[in-house]
Amino acid sequence: MHATIEKLKAKFGAEIGELPEFRGEFGVTVARAKILDVCRFLKTECGFDMLTDLSGVDNLGAEPRFEVHYLLYSLTRRQHLRLVVGVPADAAVVESVVSVWSTADWHEREAFDMFGISFRGHPNLTRIIMWEGYPHHPLRKDFPLAGLPAELPATAQNAGAVQPAPMEGGPFVASIGTAGATRREPRVHDTAAERDATAQQEGI
Amino acid sequence: MPDLRDMAWIDSAARAQAAADPSAERMVINMGPQHPSTHGVLRIVLELDGEEVINVWPDIGYLHRGDEKIAENMTYTQFIPYTDRLDYLAPLANNVAYALAVEKLLGVDVPRRCKYIRVICCELARISSHLLGIGCYAMDVGATTVFFYAMRQRELVHDLCETLSGARFTTAYTRIGGLMNDLPPEFLPLLQTFLKGLPATVAEIDGLLTRNRIFVDRTKNIGVLSAADAIDLGLTGPNLRASGVEFDLRKAHPYSAYEEFDFEVPVGTVGDCYDRYLVRMEEIRQSIRILHQAVERLPDGPWHVDDPKIFLPRKEKVLTKMEELIHQFMIVTEGLNAPPGEIYFSAENPKGELGFLIISRGGGVPHRLKIRGPSFVNLQALPKLCIGHMVSDMTAILGSLDFVMGECDR
Amino acid sequence: MKQLTPVAFDTRMEQRDVIVTRLDAAIDWIRKSSCWPQPMGLACCAIELMASGAARFDIARFGAEVMRFSPRQSDVMIVAGTCTYKMAGITRRIWEQMPSPKWCIAMGACASSGGMYRSYAVVQGVDNFLPVDVYISGCPPRPEALLEGFITLQKKIMASKQFGNLWSPDPAPVDERLLKGPIVIRGE
Repeated sequence: MHATIEKLKAKFGAEIGELPEFRGEFGVTVARAKILDVCRFLKTECGFDMLTDLSGVDNLGAEPRFEVHYLLYSLTRRQHLRLVVGVPADAAVVESVVSVWSTADWHEREAFDMFGISFRGHPNLTRIIMWEGYPHHPLRKDFPLAGLPAELPATAQNAGAVQPAPMEGGPFVASIGTAGATRREPRVHDTAAERDATAQQEGI
Repeated sequence: MPDLRDMAWIDSAARAQAAADPSAERMVINMGPQHPSTHGVLRIVLELDGEEVINVWPDIGYLHRGDEKIAENMTYTQFIPYTDRLDYLAPLANNVAYALAVEKLLGVDVPRRCKYIRVICCELARISSHLLGIGCYAMDVGATTVFFYAMRQRELVHDLCETLSGARFTTAYTRIGGLMNDLPPEFLPLLQTFLKGLPATVAEIDGLLTRNRIFVDRTKNIGVLSAADAIDLGLTGPNLRASGVEFDLRKAHPYSAYEEFDFEVPVGTVGDCYDRYLVRMEEIRQSIRILHQAVERLPDGPWHVDDPKIFLPRKEKVLTKMEELIHQFMIVTEGLNAPPGEIYFSAENPKGELGFLIISRGGGVPHRLKIRGPSFVNLQALPKLCIGHMVSDMTAILGSLDFVMGECDR
Repeated sequence: MKQLTPVAFDTRMEQRDVIVTRLDAAIDWIRKSSCWPQPMGLACCAIELMASGAARFDIARFGAEVMRFSPRQSDVMIVAGTCTYKMAGITRRIWEQMPSPKWCIAMGACASSGGMYRSYAVVQGVDNFLPVDVYISGCPPRPEALLEGFITLQKKIMASKQFGNLWSPDPAPVDERLLKGPIVIRGE
């Protein structure tokens, strides 16, 4: 692995930064402008023929805000390598590596969908997990787990709109002393009388 | 008009010629997300010229439940039930993969007995998943009996899971640093009874399908994927091996004591649907082999790490000693204290390589947990596999890919 | 004097050669005994739905092994699995294509209330857009729980008395609870 990193540093010099080895894994940071060249070099010269994973990360509060992590794998040498590219929030664009590995297609679409990172040169950069027209990027740190209101996809017969999930102070913790179950999670069938009766029973 | 059964008509020049034909009928139709053979909520938009598929656009996300976002809000242990529901045909394997990933982050190694039990879990999950995969595949292609035979054996696996963890299939059996409980006394005899009866069913399914003229006609040379394409598309698991690439994480990067087991990795030659079916059948047989070895050589000893900061201490100590009480409290409320760092761990799941990329900033809750779902990547191959074939071949191809939307959409 | 011999539920034999029964009892019995499910199998609960259709639990005993994916041919929609917002409109559309009489079973915690997925993408219960008749809790509910839910739905169908009391000596007492509102089955 050190050989590969030395080769990278020899070819790209200052654009490559070495990440500390952790639990036997090696990684390098790559300057955003050079990622496509680095990937091509790694595939053709260093034998990293498989892109195992490509994921976005949101480090809200740090500069740059986003990161894109590429996990490469060499089938011949049975080695992993991680590439990390920092992506600033105001210019969240990275070169797409679809031309190097076709599998990057859907991964990049997911990173775009979940974080809002655009990939220049991608053949079809549209949302893949959420529907077309969903206004938010869910995996960003400033997006709450409960969700934000949004319009439903433009298919026929949509009932209502996207509503935030009832959270009550944490993903799965109900705070003691606040509204009872029926108040927290009103069921559509509950009539007003039933709701009041249960509320009375629960002493709220 | 060329004969539709002539495979040479798939040649693109002939196709282009046919496309220029004014009597050609092009239509764009929708398959799914509610459809019997899309194996879950997958939507496929097909562009057809009569019966022939011209273009395929898979549309996923109908089962996106926000797992990765939920992971950023829960402790590592609290996330274990969510891993069950990723590949919900093989929950035990997901549990093991996740536990191993967090253990890699923590830098702990579990005792040998725990590793062997996890191998038993993984292989049971593999058998269960392949049985259902082949069963549904055969049912879609027309051989409904196979589905019932496979489900009958799967019910026995469910019984085993129930003995092990109390739940029929969403087991949440592993814990970080160990397991939920040791093997119950009735588990091993039940497993041995199961292993005695399974080869007969596998042979029966084999007899019904492998040389069945209809099945072979529907699957041979359908959905061919070359090795280079498979690697380029990032395919893993039986789909990659059917295309001729010998790559199995259990052999390449052994985890959980797999290096101590003696088994073979089936590899296909052509990379068509028939090969994918054959690879899965052979994997079931190899899993039986591994299970026999695991049962024979199961070591005694502890089944979890002896670290109260990671694994919950025994209840009698918690209720009587201060230190254990504090550890219990910390693990349950704040989660185990992971060091800051980033790891990627992947396991050979029945569907392919299930990977967990965990970025930790210290503390009990991950900063980012990315789940590399094998089905997400495998489904990208759909356009390459389907274009040029007919609509009825779509069911064969979808069945042979054996994907599950839980781990695709997460 | 007419001799009425009870034969079966709401069915009596008159003078040993004519069987009379209430029309609605007969129709309700037909409806409940051949309730063809529309398996809206979205996620893990679909596997338990398949298991209940397989040989061990055998939903065919209840006349429901005919899993009709076409909504036009089905009677009861079993929503098995997590319904996301992306899928909600489609589920609703399939529901509306089903001809009356139709019923809905929300199988599993996710269909009943969003389950453990309290997140931005999951509808917190399909009863936000579907009129659910029976809720079955569990994650996933055992096939026995699904069958119990199915039997309860059958009881509800039998109690629904579409045609009212046309003619009846002594109708069997109906459990009013069955007619009023949704029913919850504990599924673990």
